[in-house]
Amino acid sequence: MSIHTSTVAELSTALARGDHSSRELTEVFLERIQGQGAALNAVITVTAEQALAAADAADRSRAAGEAGPLTGVPMVHKDIFCTRGVRTSCGSRMLDNFISPYNAHVVDRLAAAGMVCMGKANMDEFAMGSSNETSFYGPVKNPWDTAAVPGGSSGGSAAAVSGGLAPAATGTDTGGSIRQPAALCGITGLKPTYGRVSRYGMIAFASSLDQAGPMARTAEDCALLLEAMAGFDARDSTCVERDVPRYSQALGGDLKGVTIGLPKEYFGEGLDPTVASAIDAAIAEYRKLGAEFREISLANTHLAVPAYYVIAPAECSSNLSRFDGVRFGHRCDSPRDLEDLYKRSRGEGFGDEVQRRIMVGTYALSAGYYDAYYLKAQQVRRLIRDDFLQAFEDVDLILGPTSPTAAFNIGERSDDPVSMYLSDIYTIAVNLAGLPGISVPAGFADGRPVGLQLIGNYFDEARLLNAAHAYQQVTDWHTRVPEAFA
Amino acid sequence: MSLDNDDVRQIAHLARLAVDDQRLPEHASNLSAILEFVEAMSAVDTSNVDPLAHPLEMRQRLRADEVSEDNQRELFQGIAPAVEDGLYLVPRVIE
Amino acid sequence: MEWETVIGLEIHAQLATRSKIFSGASTAYGAEPNTQACAVDLGLPGVLPVLNAEAVNMAIRFGLATGCSIAPHSVFARKNYFYPDLPKGYQISQYELPVVHEGEVIIELDDGETMRVGVTRAHLEEDAGKSLHEGFEGVTGIDLNRAGTPLLEIVSEPDLRSAKQAVAYMKKIHSLVRYLEICDGNMQEGSFRCDANVSMRPKGQEKFGTRAEIKNLNSFRFVEKAINYEIERQIDLLESGGTVVQETRLYDSVKGETRSMRTKEEANDYRYFPDPDLLPLEITSEEVEQIRATLPELPDAKKERFMADYGLSAYDAGVLTASRDQADFFEAVVQAADGEAKLAANWVMGDFSGALNRDGREIGDSPVSPEMLGGMLKRISDNTISGKIAKDVFEAMWNGEGDADAVIEARGLKQVTDSGAIEAMIDEVIAANPGQLEQYRAGKDKLLGFFVGQVMKASKGKANPAQVNELLKKKLSG
Repeated sequence: MSIHTSTVAELSTALARGDHSSRELTEVFLERIQGQGAALNAVITVTAEQALAAADAADRSRAAGEAGPLTGVPMVHKDIFCTRGVRTSCGSRMLDNFISPYNAHVVDRLAAAGMVCMGKANMDEFAMGSSNETSFYGPVKNPWDTAAVPGGSSGGSAAAVSGGLAPAATGTDTGGSIRQPAALCGITGLKPTYGRVSRYGMIAFASSLDQAGPMARTAEDCALLLEAMAGFDARDSTCVERDVPRYSQALGGDLKGVTIGLPKEYFGEGLDPTVASAIDAAIAEYRKLGAEFREISLANTHLAVPAYYVIAPAECSSNLSRFDGVRFGHRCDSPRDLEDLYKRSRGEGFGDEVQRRIMVGTYALSAGYYDAYYLKAQQVRRLIRDDFLQAFEDVDLILGPTSPTAAFNIGERSDDPVSMYLSDIYTIAVNLAGLPGISVPAGFADGRPVGLQLIGNYFDEARLLNAAHAYQQVTDWHTRVPEAFA
Repeated sequence: MSLDNDDVRQIAHLARLAVDDQRLPEHASNLSAILEFVEAMSAVDTSNVDPLAHPLEMRQRLRADEVSEDNQRELFQGIAPAVEDGLYLVPRVIE
Repeated sequence: MEWETVIGLEIHAQLATRSKIFSGASTAYGAEPNTQACAVDLGLPGVLPVLNAEAVNMAIRFGLATGCSIAPHSVFARKNYFYPDLPKGYQISQYELPVVHEGEVIIELDDGETMRVGVTRAHLEEDAGKSLHEGFEGVTGIDLNRAGTPLLEIVSEPDLRSAKQAVAYMKKIHSLVRYLEICDGNMQEGSFRCDANVSMRPKGQEKFGTRAEIKNLNSFRFVEKAINYEIERQIDLLESGGTVVQETRLYDSVKGETRSMRTKEEANDYRYFPDPDLLPLEITSEEVEQIRATLPELPDAKKERFMADYGLSAYDAGVLTASRDQADFFEAVVQAADGEAKLAANWVMGDFSGALNRDGREIGDSPVSPEMLGGMLKRISDNTISGKIAKDVFEAMWNGEGDADAVIEARGLKQVTDSGAIEAMIDEVIAANPGQLEQYRAGKDKLLGFFVGQVMKASKGKANPAQVNELLKKKLSG
């Protein structure tokens, strides 16, 4: 197996055995990023020099006998995570000149675990998008078919892993932004329970929904990464003070007696038949593994996307007010007065989709509309969460498709915001409820990957990862690599 | 809910976004489509449902009253568009 | 028409925490611009607020001291608006569910009457930075050191009916926050300031008139003047057939008038919503009780006690307990003076306060300690010095010449009480003034004062005045 198609676990073993140094691995991936992989537009800032220095440091600590499982393994960060001394753009012209003065908690954690950051992954602007077409730096291409979108908003991260530019990447998931691109690019992506991973230094889109998580080839890799990413951080009031299980040690358990719920609402109208049959095949595999299935109902599923498109824009309209051209970021030329400074800096700095969501959110919060939109959405949010709570009284996990279709073509939905929003129909409710969810590769539809989504109860990532891992022990979808990037 | 050009202009002003007059109709139609889409929520009765602001209903954690931050003005102002004498500069503000 | 004024105050008290309400930056006043503005205060991307425990504690202390309810569950909300001194584009405040609500204070008016003023609520919020207009051409400079300083916004009921009442209420709150040690009360530095909502209605009418809000009043004098100006302005408007516009006004202390701030066309659509970066603030009754147990004696209780224990008048007790520092100083003086409470009260309110004012000092940095002042009072009561000489002794102590005994000794100010010595001086004075003696004996009693004066002068003020009086009367009558 070649280096660039290896998993994190495999590279970790190779490093431990001394088959390769971290420098060798890092050079291979940097070469992929800057060479063949450049066409994907997945990595928008390459920090080769820092990466090689970090790789050398990792090799030294290994020589000193201080290496952990992730020491020396290269990776990329979604450009939403602040990286000290390195441009942190969030995919926006607004932050094209923003050199972060500090690191995100996640960045510090993975650096402390010895990982080597090679650069920053492209993304939908401010994480608002499901196709990576809203990035100021241009669209990311799907390694399986460069005419297709990679999904979003963590599209650069997903394409980087899928295309063999990095064995692992960080992502963030506000409405499906880890799981949907993972599905569309044929990799594994985990959105942890809200509060599991600190949001400090992760540029906020919708604070009550945003959660960071790992993206890699396998569930095992995600387990290793989450172990390093998760953990209490006093700087984030919403970060939970709770021990982090050794997820990677909990893998390998069998699925006998595990009850999995199949929400009937996730298999209805709008689901592509090819995707549906891939999921049916996965269900058959799970049956063979000993899991029991039960049909459940998440009755308010149809309200999840509407509620989300009030709550997320409302929070974003306020979160993005700090981008005003005064203390950092884009500032327009020769402002006439203060109002002109604000309006032009923001009008020029933000792209269309971001402006659209700011306007929706501003409207939803404004006098006279708050109750009808924002308050209503928060009430619906409780209904949606209660559906899950009730379901988890009967089942251990919930299974369904990650996305109703495989990757669509670049440009296909960009003129129709609502149809774009509907590609997150199966992922969004999980964010509203704050639950953990994972997408694993489960087949193909017309040559484009299909993702299977598993949803767990609060803080039940270990069970989720174990179920995903068990599936990956009996299937090989996660080992497939796109030919053009093999 | 259907928005017209004036609504968009007013919202854009509240949000401090410069919007090209020619694009007002496009914004109005996009925003109206989104609002119409979220209107689906009004079909469900939520009169006895408490709003849920956060997925985990936890209490706010408090930090001890300690000064933990040093002066980093130079670092922070190194990325600022306009500063002078340690102050951030903006066009004259009239009160 | 006869008009009734309706006033409500929103007082902003900066809480005396070491660090900011949502960040670990220092709140110390007077630092170089932007040296105390950390990433959180600057609203840089990705950073998050974490609530300061002490700020909550202080809000609860205030609530308990004003008989308010402490909310078991309160929520931080974002107030959204764009302004350069507001880095995030929103202020974190409390809106629908404040931490403290519904209490009252009793204020005392000039005529000695007392009055209840309702406290609607007190909520925690962050202060904004400062805009500096001086010294720049066409631009404004922004200093964000103050951004994120904890504020307690104390909102009164519209119970106040005159500028004087408003000032009395504000003074009462000022005294309270200092007693509670939750605010330094420094109005010059902006630690304690208020907005006044003023409206007029025809006397007897229940419905409130349209109010104007006068922003950022930072002295008691300005509060009084601004409100009185505003009352006149509104009455003039109403009586000439006009209407009051609901708006925000600024008080110009130079011109002594209020003027409209540039009205914002969007009419303050702040789009409040719960801050998703912060969770609800939960306070248990155990926590409240723990804090209650640490509350100091409050001004009203202290005043009662001073009247009962020290036999002071309501007025004196009120003055002495207006500030906790002064009340503590007074009690220490009484103790050092072996219980001479009335004497102590006179001196603390009189010469001592006068000297502080004259030199612009706070009690904390007075050169005369309570022990020194009490020691001197003992010398008055044991007749070592007269009250008059004591004024010189006090000045000498103030100027660093040591305690009362040292000054008396060094300057030879000990009172002469030896009747032989006093008689000798009296004899000399009588001998030197035969004309006055004759007139006195002819019935001009008023001349007694003249003789007392002469004797005191001869003694350089040291003769015991009571003895001089008594002996003189005896000698003069022959």
